[in-house]
Amino acid sequence: MTTTLHATERQGVGESARRPDAVSKVRGDFAFSSDLWHDRMVWGATVRSPHPHARLLSIDPAGALELPGVHAVLTAADVPGHNRYGLERRDQPVLAEDRVRYIGEPVAVVAADTPELARRAAALVRVSYAELPALTDPETALTGPVLHEGGNLVKHLRIRRGTVAEADVVVTGEYEVGMQDQAFLGPESCLAVPGEDAGVDLYCSTQWLHVDQDQLAECLALPKDRVRLTLAGVGGAFGGREDLSVQAHACLLALRLGRPVKMSYGREESFAGHVHRHPARMRYEHGATRDGKLLYVKADILLDGGAYASTSAAVTGNAGCFATGPYEVPAVEVDCRSVYTNNPPAGAMRGFGAVQVCFGHESQMDRLAAALGMDPVELRLRNAVGTGSVMATGQRVEGPAPVAELLRRVAAKPLPPPPGELLPGGTSNSTRAEGLRRGVGYGVSVKNICKSAGYDDFGTARVRVFAHDGEVFAEVHTAAAEVGQGLVTVQAQIARTELALERVTVLPADTAVGDAGTSSASRQTWMSGGAVRAACAAVRARLLERAAALLGEPVEALAYGGEASAAAAVSTASGRAVTLADLLAAADVDETAVFRHRRTRALDPETGQGDAHVAYAFAAHRAVVDVDPELGSVRVVEIACAQDVGKAINPAAVEGQMHGGIAQGLGLALMEEVLVRDGRILNPSFTDYLIPTTMDMPPTVLDILELPRPDSPYGLTGVGEPPLLSAPAAVAAAIRDAIGGALDRIPATPEAVARAANRFP
Amino acid sequence: MRVDLEVNGVHQSLDGVTPGESLLYLLRERVGLPGSKNACEQGECGSCTVYLDGTAVCACLVAAGQARGSAVVTVEGLADGEELHPVQRAFVDAGAVQCGFCTPGLVVAVHDLLARSADPGEPEIREALAGNLCRCTGYEKIFDAVRLAAGRAR
Repeated sequence: MTTTLHATERQGVGESARRPDAVSKVRGDFAFSSDLWHDRMVWGATVRSPHPHARLLSIDPAGALELPGVHAVLTAADVPGHNRYGLERRDQPVLAEDRVRYIGEPVAVVAADTPELARRAAALVRVSYAELPALTDPETALTGPVLHEGGNLVKHLRIRRGTVAEADVVVTGEYEVGMQDQAFLGPESCLAVPGEDAGVDLYCSTQWLHVDQDQLAECLALPKDRVRLTLAGVGGAFGGREDLSVQAHACLLALRLGRPVKMSYGREESFAGHVHRHPARMRYEHGATRDGKLLYVKADILLDGGAYASTSAAVTGNAGCFATGPYEVPAVEVDCRSVYTNNPPAGAMRGFGAVQVCFGHESQMDRLAAALGMDPVELRLRNAVGTGSVMATGQRVEGPAPVAELLRRVAAKPLPPPPGELLPGGTSNSTRAEGLRRGVGYGVSVKNICKSAGYDDFGTARVRVFAHDGEVFAEVHTAAAEVGQGLVTVQAQIARTELALERVTVLPADTAVGDAGTSSASRQTWMSGGAVRAACAAVRARLLERAAALLGEPVEALAYGGEASAAAAVSTASGRAVTLADLLAAADVDETAVFRHRRTRALDPETGQGDAHVAYAFAAHRAVVDVDPELGSVRVVEIACAQDVGKAINPAAVEGQMHGGIAQGLGLALMEEVLVRDGRILNPSFTDYLIPTTMDMPPTVLDILELPRPDSPYGLTGVGEPPLLSAPAAVAAAIRDAIGGALDRIPATPEAVARAANRFP
Repeated sequence: MRVDLEVNGVHQSLDGVTPGESLLYLLRERVGLPGSKNACEQGECGSCTVYLDGTAVCACLVAAGQARGSAVVTVEGLADGEELHPVQRAFVDAGAVQCGFCTPGLVVAVHDLLARSADPGEPEIREALAGNLCRCTGYEKIFDAVRLAAGRAR
């Protein structure tokens, strides 16, 4: 069987096809999870712990229930199933039982006629606690009060490779990365509707419908087929929607009341309602020869996992695996640990452990370059991995690994002109440019794509082709979460290309179709895209079987033409043809396919060696900054980013991912930190937690390489995370270059920059 | 209390509005126009930007009662039936939409900017949109959309 595809089909693979949801989004018609409404609907609100660590003594709902319009107050005793959820460990109560472990932990949920009333009622639920000593410094986690059965160590990844030899030049450094918030704009929200079968239909924002379903079925003590999830419009995710938030609470209330229940967090509650990026403390030692070849890297990394595990173990694995960066290092000693504390839980955020260590290894490379008197770009080029290189975990890099090429490309971009209208300090006009210093910094980065360490990672897609009124249509159905990244566009593009059809619709994602896996780890275009492609291949095969039967010729003699040609199937032997309408006259073609990437293995627990990753993705950044050293204010003038994407399925969407990733990296470098003191978040608002605005974002210069992988659909690799990874490191390096001082912590606030620039203690 | 106002040219008479309610809540939950978004509800993100008597405001910072007798235009009121407003069309064409949660507020803010300044330069665009947060796009394609809409109007 041969397949003839038409290079000219519109909005197919490789084109900047438009988002199918863009029109409804600009009109304001697109239904996000916070926009949903149902007849007889009531609103849920959450009662949360004010203590970082306490025994829960009693809950008195009377004050709340007295208010007219309040329908229920539920506590742990009302959870019908297993009162635990969690992505890696079921260690987090849906509602607290006898103990609370962080400020903001859900203790009870309330339902009332309006959101205002529900919040008022929540404030009237009287909860008494006996406070316990709080563990808020991760350094003391292993000696402090034990927060979970089995102790406070969540995960320790140990990597031992080669023998640490004596080096000509040794540099050490200690680095810190603050807690970053995903700051997706759409608040956690959902609508739970009780079903006639005593089950529930949940419309929610999430990154992974089926893993939500698994956890909810356990909590609600319902068979999975009675917990049906449909993806509502998702207002951004970035890792912060991997864990459950409102889902279980809304389902509990809806099932108890027999009424639809809506929940929607305000921004302050959102800061307590989802996990954040792990704050990291990192100690590094690099040894190198006089001519700048790395001999060894030692790294000791501590991640504050907060009160519950979430994805801490996997983040720890990633931070450990990539602690030495995209470099050839003969000897490696890495210890990476995550611990439980009474701080807000940490978990997934774009970059997933690789961002924190990138700041560490890149800061070290600059320090080493300075010690060697070598250009920092040159030092990186001398040590960069390429195809066939061996990573710290002993895994050989297969597929393209153009680290040196990416770095050369950003380094070769013309530098931006000298300071113009936009100066550090923004509109406050605090700088007059007299003491301004410009700096240039670089960063390169690596991260795994798809799931690692033996996880059975797969995607599922169903594709149906049917004729209606003489026209042929295709429907694509997956459970893959469109969170803003453009997956819905890409799925349609793949179907158009594979089926040579124009009229392709992507159905809403739900649990009526098989598991798609998570919209994270930069994996969905590869995995769900691969599944759509495989389902389309099955559809084509089925159509050709039908054609063979109609023509009375063997399948092998037929070629698929799709819609672009007049004939759906043409016999290469006889030249006879049939149309798609002929083939679909009797019945639709409906095929489901499951797509898997190759198996990976867990790392050896003693040495951290093994083939744990399917693929590596790489990026390089160059940042140019202007700094006012007296005020410590920084203006990023330009960021250049070069990234290998294998194949740009949708070039405009790739650019969008790069722009957005760079912005989040700039935010982490300069301004974004969830400030936590004694377990309490001090800045849970967009007034006090700053994300980059139009005044902060510089022009970007993008360079997209397309070096095809041998083992992925169309040769693509994941796109979403790499543009963030080394952006913070590059910005920090540029600031150091400008001020000539050390800068060992991000975000680099004006205070920190001024201190470093002026050598204040 | 009762609030009478005009929303997208349609008179609305709403009973039972509470003193603590914002114009945003009124629009989203009482009028049934959820296009204006609730990303921060404290005037920091601009996702709820609407016109109140011709002035672009954050609907979350206006008490519902304050809007009595006013004329409000929301993002849902910009298109001419099925025909997108040129600013909306430019957002679609420039690829300025990702998750889309900031989009309605930005569409109104850009609509307002171009009504004041037909051909804004980059500093003016940046300053005008500084009150609208976007977490997905890094703003570059939003700037493209502004330039595209301005260029097409020339």
